[in-house]
Amino acid sequence: MEIVRPTTLDDALAARDALPGADLLAGGTDLMVEVNFHHREPEHVIALRRVSEIAGWEGRRIGAGVTWTRMEKGPLRALAQLSRTVGSPQIRNAGTIGGNIGTASPAGDGLPYLAALDAEIEVASAGRGVRRLRWDEFLVGVKQTALRPDEIIIAAILPEVMPVAEEFAKVGVRNAMVISTVSACVMRMPDSTWRIALGSVAPTVIRARRAEELLGTTAAPRGSLLAEVADAVAAEVRPITDHRATEAYRRHASGVLVRRLVGRCAA
Amino acid sequence: MIVELTVNGEPRVATVPGSVSLLTVLRDELALPGSKNACEQGECGSCSVLFDGELVCACLVMAADCDGSDVVTVEGIGTDEHLHPVQQAMLDAGAVQCGFCTPGFVVAAARLIETNPTPDAGDIREALAGNVCRCTGYGAILRALESLAKGAS
Repeated sequence: MEIVRPTTLDDALAARDALPGADLLAGGTDLMVEVNFHHREPEHVIALRRVSEIAGWEGRRIGAGVTWTRMEKGPLRALAQLSRTVGSPQIRNAGTIGGNIGTASPAGDGLPYLAALDAEIEVASAGRGVRRLRWDEFLVGVKQTALRPDEIIIAAILPEVMPVAEEFAKVGVRNAMVISTVSACVMRMPDSTWRIALGSVAPTVIRARRAEELLGTTAAPRGSLLAEVADAVAAEVRPITDHRATEAYRRHASGVLVRRLVGRCAA
Repeated sequence: MIVELTVNGEPRVATVPGSVSLLTVLRDELALPGSKNACEQGECGSCSVLFDGELVCACLVMAADCDGSDVVTVEGIGTDEHLHPVQQAMLDAGAVQCGFCTPGFVVAAARLIETNPTPDAGDIREALAGNVCRCTGYGAILRALESLAKGAS
């Protein structure tokens, strides 16, 4: 195995260009599990943790190398909430937002936040430079992304208009070290519209558009509207039955989570 | 591949075969078997080390990426003559059963006490959330650290 340890983005992109099949290594919390279990035997690795251009977080731009520990202590409420639920302190010290985006697991805890915000993913290559894709252009299937073999994820770009209220919650079998059975992020925007995103209930993170429409611009939804929203969410998610939960449980939990989070975001 | 790193304050040179983890190199190449190998997927915490000052699972660190890094293992936390306060507190409280998870707990707890000398019960549980004890001996571990924190406050 050969490893490249670039310290600048230019060097990282040059390495990516020269070794298009190389595995990208950031926190190692996904890649090393595959390596340890012999599911993957990397020939070439590009280690990204020394690349200063992707390590920073400035305003709306969260560098791909920013760890859960940093986001847990950051100013964005739902992002801090979800970061706090990732793995354990050990995992949060290593794992990064860029890795979460690149792995593109349906259960990726950072992804409902990016989906609810309509965030963009910034990628770069040596040949074509920088391009930005909206979350739903980038995340195209179970562990499938639109990242090209010569590209590296650079940052998550948050929008200019941020919510006035944002909440995240997930259901799992215990508090620490747990992969989401269902996760949800709800936001109330300055124009009074709502955003609802869910994870672990479809091949990619999804928005619950029908439920968002039902909420309209109601600042403090109650009673029958909340029940209708929960039903709409349960109907529009597309979960599977697996070892973590049944489809029916995931539909039910999706509705319950969203109903609670809408209540917490209400004016 | 040859990797130069600092382990427990001493410069070390390790021969790294392929994509193996830091844990494998610590145990098999550097004769430091204190960090334990159990789940190999970051779930159990028994291989917890300080990597450039941060608590991580050594099984999830690619050794080939460790050139220039500073690593502290359980062997660097205390000595036989001078136990770390966390080790003494765990000894006093009988916070060891089979002992396999103990090194990971010691490293995680030492890091907690270093960053927050007077943690409350919630802080302690949160800081140890990535360490699993198959003997389920959590009660004594928590009591050991709570008494240590009380003594410091």
